[in-house]
Amino acid sequence: MASNDLPQFASTDTRLSRRVINVLHGNPTIIPLFVLVLGLAVFSSVVGQRFFHPFNLSLVLQQVTIIGTVALAQTLIILTAGIDLSVGAIVVLSSVAMGRLAMDHDLPPGLALALGIAVGSGCGALNGFFVTMIRLPPFIVTLGTWSVFNALIQFWSGGETIRQQEIEASAPVLQWTGEALRMGAARLTIGSLLMLLLAGLLWYVLNRTAYGRHVYAVGNDPNAARLSGIATRKVLFTVYLLAGTICGFAGWLLIGRIGAISPLGGAMTNLDSITAVVIGGTSLFGGRGSIIGTLIGALIVGFFRNGLALAGLDVLWQEFTIGFLIIIAVSFDQWLRRIST
Amino acid sequence: MMARPVTNPEPVLKARGLVKSFGRVVAMDGADFDLMPGEILAVIGDNGAGKSTMISALAGAVRPDAGEIFLGGEKVAFHSPMDARSKGIETVFQGLALAPALTIVDNLFLGREYRVPGVRGGLFRLLDRPRMREEARKHLSDLGLMTIQNIDQVVETLSGGQRQGVAVARACAFGSKVVILDEPTAALGVKESRKVLDLIKDVRDRGIAIVLISHNMPHVFEIADRVHIHRLGRRVAVVRPSEMTMSDAVAIMTGAMEPPAGQPAD
Repeated sequence: MASNDLPQFASTDTRLSRRVINVLHGNPTIIPLFVLVLGLAVFSSVVGQRFFHPFNLSLVLQQVTIIGTVALAQTLIILTAGIDLSVGAIVVLSSVAMGRLAMDHDLPPGLALALGIAVGSGCGALNGFFVTMIRLPPFIVTLGTWSVFNALIQFWSGGETIRQQEIEASAPVLQWTGEALRMGAARLTIGSLLMLLLAGLLWYVLNRTAYGRHVYAVGNDPNAARLSGIATRKVLFTVYLLAGTICGFAGWLLIGRIGAISPLGGAMTNLDSITAVVIGGTSLFGGRGSIIGTLIGALIVGFFRNGLALAGLDVLWQEFTIGFLIIIAVSFDQWLRRIST
Repeated sequence: MMARPVTNPEPVLKARGLVKSFGRVVAMDGADFDLMPGEILAVIGDNGAGKSTMISALAGAVRPDAGEIFLGGEKVAFHSPMDARSKGIETVFQGLALAPALTIVDNLFLGREYRVPGVRGGLFRLLDRPRMREEARKHLSDLGLMTIQNIDQVVETLSGGQRQGVAVARACAFGSKVVILDEPTAALGVKESRKVLDLIKDVRDRGIAIVLISHNMPHVFEIADRVHIHRLGRRVAVVRPSEMTMSDAVAIMTGAMEPPAGQPAD
């Protein structure tokens, strides 16, 4: 399989299989993109016109806004071969913080918003501290902080929901992300736009800056990264900090999406975000994957749920199908890793 | 004060009396080291002789408990591999220190990327990809490592020899004075080993001094200008391959034979 021509540095192995593998290595988003297109084709033929109706498309985009944003944060973590089980709790804790600071403490809504996002950053920094300074496995750290953050949510909210009307009256800026721009039949929310903007920003950081390359290198081979002069712990810490901040931001989007601030929202966010990342072709073993893949992964989840629902199937088949997609995606990643070494 | 004889130039890299212990294990026990300009110096020693520790100290990966290191005659203290690197000592570690899922260009510049000038590079941290690709292509072809059809190929799709080639190219691409190669042919087949050895000689001929750590005696005796023999945490002899047989060198290394008298000279 390996070529022996070092000085020429030319690959003598030009077999199609090898070339395909090389392309897949260089472009990890091809497979998820293929699944998305295939899914769209199948659903549109089964469901018919309703599926591609602009209203339905924009609805799916709204439905994946929170998951998509959290999945962007999760992508950063998983690229470093970590995992964050506390993301869902950070999202809710941040939204509770925004609401309580604005309502109970009468802070200006803008300041409450900023502080709420800062709460997310603080949560991320705490995860990062345990992972990089105490050197605990991310799985255990975030399992622990998930519980801690959930307790804080209950403590701070008193288990009570802040109703839509209350927010509307005193802190409407918190609901701004739920406002929609109408374009024909499509309803594009500010939240969806912000998610896409954030994805663009993260794409730039990961692909066009040295920091981004270092995130990949740290996840790929931490020893190699350190020997190349990369401050691996600093990179890791900032990744958790950034992920926490993005989750805090997602807390704002969550308020826009559901209108109210509920201590119970976002229970499924943890697993759904990991699902989107994995289906989007990012490797759980780190160093391999992309932001665009994650967006596609979130859309696949969204469109499969939506398509299966429109086709009149029971909700249980949505979970059933998505479960299989996860397993197929991980198997594929395993296969790609095995043949390369 | 006497002028130095012309025949005895200052070593590029020199160490005196390095000591390092890990708990009760003494890995270096007054180790000396001399690397002359433009030479290939092989370092051989039995497993556990402490040669890896000495090399790690020279590469900045281990901080010695005692002893001094001189680079170009000047006393230095390395705090990290990056520190040693910035002073011109590049190391190709046995694990290669490449990130397999990144491309050849990304790997060549990993940890010292170029940014575009002006606001785009300063404020927005934009990488200067065209410049990095152009320089990558130049370095690889200088070393006869071109042409890869695609320098954007990810490293894990390359063969072992090609990866070694990339690692060596990276080590000597940045104006380094010394390149340390740790077992560069250990994982390679016969054909690929040959190419890597040619590459090492080529790098030496470009004026970069090379430290070669290897267990492969035929390789050592083929390309080394001098051989540093390490035993029980210190240097016991420095020999020229032309003046000693391979089996004698191995005998000194294992302690079966006394080192030649007057060795090592300081």
